[in-house]
Amino acid sequence: MKKYFILFLILVLPVNSFALIEVDITRGNLNPLPIAVSPLSIDKDSKKSFEKILKKKDIGSEISIVIENNLKTSGLFNPLNKDAFLQAPDIANLKPRFEDWNLIKAQALITGKVNFIDEKLRVEFRLWDVLAGKEMMALAFTTVPNNWRRVGHIITDKVYERLTGEKGYFDTRIIYVAEEGPKTKRIKKLAIMDQDGANNKFLTLGNELVLTPRFNPTSQMVTYLSYFRNLPRVYLLDIETGIQEVVGDFPGMTFAPRFSPDGKKIIMSFAKDGNSEIYTMDLENRIVEKITNHPSIDTSPSYSPDGKYICFNSDRSKYQQIYVMNSDGRNVKRISFGKGLYGTPVWSPRGDLIAFTKLHKGKFYIGVMRTDGSGERLLTENFYQEAPSWSPNGRVLIFYRETKTDDKGEGFSAKLWSIDLTGYNERLVDTSTDASDPSWSSLLSN
Amino acid sequence: MNINIFISSVLHLILIMITAFSLPFLAKKPIDLPPIISVELIQITDKTNIPFAPKAKKTIEKIKEKEKKLVSEQAPPKKVKKIKPDSVPMPEDKVKKVEKIKEDKQNPEKIDNEVKQVSEFEKKELFDPNNIAALIDKSKIESAETIKKTDKVTQDQQKNVENVGLSLSEEDALKAQIFGCWSIPLGLPYNENLLVRIKLQLEPDGTVSQSEILDHARMNKPGQGFYKVLAESALRAIKLCQPLRVPTTGYERWKELQLNFDAREMLEG
Repeated sequence: MKKYFILFLILVLPVNSFALIEVDITRGNLNPLPIAVSPLSIDKDSKKSFEKILKKKDIGSEISIVIENNLKTSGLFNPLNKDAFLQAPDIANLKPRFEDWNLIKAQALITGKVNFIDEKLRVEFRLWDVLAGKEMMALAFTTVPNNWRRVGHIITDKVYERLTGEKGYFDTRIIYVAEEGPKTKRIKKLAIMDQDGANNKFLTLGNELVLTPRFNPTSQMVTYLSYFRNLPRVYLLDIETGIQEVVGDFPGMTFAPRFSPDGKKIIMSFAKDGNSEIYTMDLENRIVEKITNHPSIDTSPSYSPDGKYICFNSDRSKYQQIYVMNSDGRNVKRISFGKGLYGTPVWSPRGDLIAFTKLHKGKFYIGVMRTDGSGERLLTENFYQEAPSWSPNGRVLIFYRETKTDDKGEGFSAKLWSIDLTGYNERLVDTSTDASDPSWSSLLSN
Repeated sequence: MNINIFISSVLHLILIMITAFSLPFLAKKPIDLPPIISVELIQITDKTNIPFAPKAKKTIEKIKEKEKKLVSEQAPPKKVKKIKPDSVPMPEDKVKKVEKIKEDKQNPEKIDNEVKQVSEFEKKELFDPNNIAALIDKSKIESAETIKKTDKVTQDQQKNVENVGLSLSEEDALKAQIFGCWSIPLGLPYNENLLVRIKLQLEPDGTVSQSEILDHARMNKPGQGFYKVLAESALRAIKLCQPLRVPTTGYERWKELQLNFDAREMLEG
């Protein structure tokens, strides 16, 4: 009887319960996340040592500025003004007073410490969730002192990944064509720099015209096109050793060589017998294979990250449009159907989007579409711009833009610009000379 | 043997009865109010304002006169309180009238729609006369009385709303507040199923006493980095938004609340 009574109670008790109210939150704000980057604390002895080696007064503060600038340019974070910080860097690194950081509306906080140990730079940092009052991440790096900027970039990558869920793109480099002189007598050199414009270096002297440099997947090698005695040649350049190698001379117009995702092949287009087709070349045995076979002009091939597909542009449907095919050239499908001409398709490293340049009614657009051609979005519009290249996380595009330097339209300037997928965060990437044809490396620390 | 069958059948019967009466999906679903409501709101306020407006005018005049007198005499505030009850009966009358109207509307013979409209907008309807009274007096006692009165009304109203969720306006207010606090991590993929469900236990003033991620196990699973980031951003939003903009009444209804954070719509662009 007792059992039945208990059973009865169990059954009756829920009668008075309320159904749980559910509220769906499907929107939020797109404002950058307020983040406080406290200067990294440094003891007196370490400070003196670094001052001697690096000629920098406060290396802790310098690293924090690198982090802050990186976060700011991403457009996803809003680094708060350091003048508003209430807590000293050394104490904040031990235990932040979250009320103080909450007061200045910081939602995340970066603190850290720099030491000079055994002639090396040791940097530790902590990422704090101010609202939850807990540590989210703590890491330490040891390297040679000259690598201090890279440490700043690596810290930013870690913070970015922890707060956004996707890998960062700050410890990367950009290779581009540096241009000088009038348009008719242009000197073009290969140049390389950090993604934030620091450590700019020229890799060629400018005796020959260079075009379309592209990194290989490990970012150690670059393939590019150069005109030697007015003949196009495809080169390989090892950026660490500086050793150059000619891959081959190709007939007619040759365009945009690019590595396959495994780095074993180069894909490009050239005009053999007067018709431009897409070819691959195996870098080991130098065997050239024809991928497309169509009387139209097929150019600008780019592999999908898994290497199974190739996107390219072709005028086989009268106007230049984007097509996707299997890596062996079968199953060609047109994916762009909008008005205007589409060119320079580049497959995102994430695999979900294809970036392109579009020409419509005399204006150039940089845009993205899904790999089936749906969801086309134009991110930026200008008088002349092209050659988008993806950041390694597939979130930002770098491209070059030519602008007129006077009202008459005489004279022009070419500069590198970056834009993220939202289309709102467009930035000029600072280069000492004019610049074109950028290519973004993969993450160096991976 | 027969006894067992009998007990089993009785218990089954009880079980069926209990499920029939207690399970939420069997209850009548509230009818979603169409956008036309805003028009009807105007009609309701017009109706209620018409009879009360002249009376309110009189009371304004009376109180103004009294206040003038009080000011000239430099009377202490206590005296003002004594005087105010004379002017108070007006709102009381109004409330009674409104309650009558409501009783009529709660008549089951009438159309459901009307009942819902009353439950949705009663507060506003009642607030108008009370607000006028509060404007007239500006005294704490007076406003306290009016709040009590509105409480009485909403208790009636609660009978209707007990097992129903938040009203549209209540839900919208809460959503709008959280929209402002939630910084969506823009790096998340749009094509993954990232739904973060957080169960909250709330204090009557809207502060969160406890928050619990319902799929907590997913937080620390490998390959669920995006989910973790989204869940953390949702928790930050809740903390930032405290106290939550919850209804002033019906605490029992919303003391436990589940928020479902889904960023796909935003990430798809």
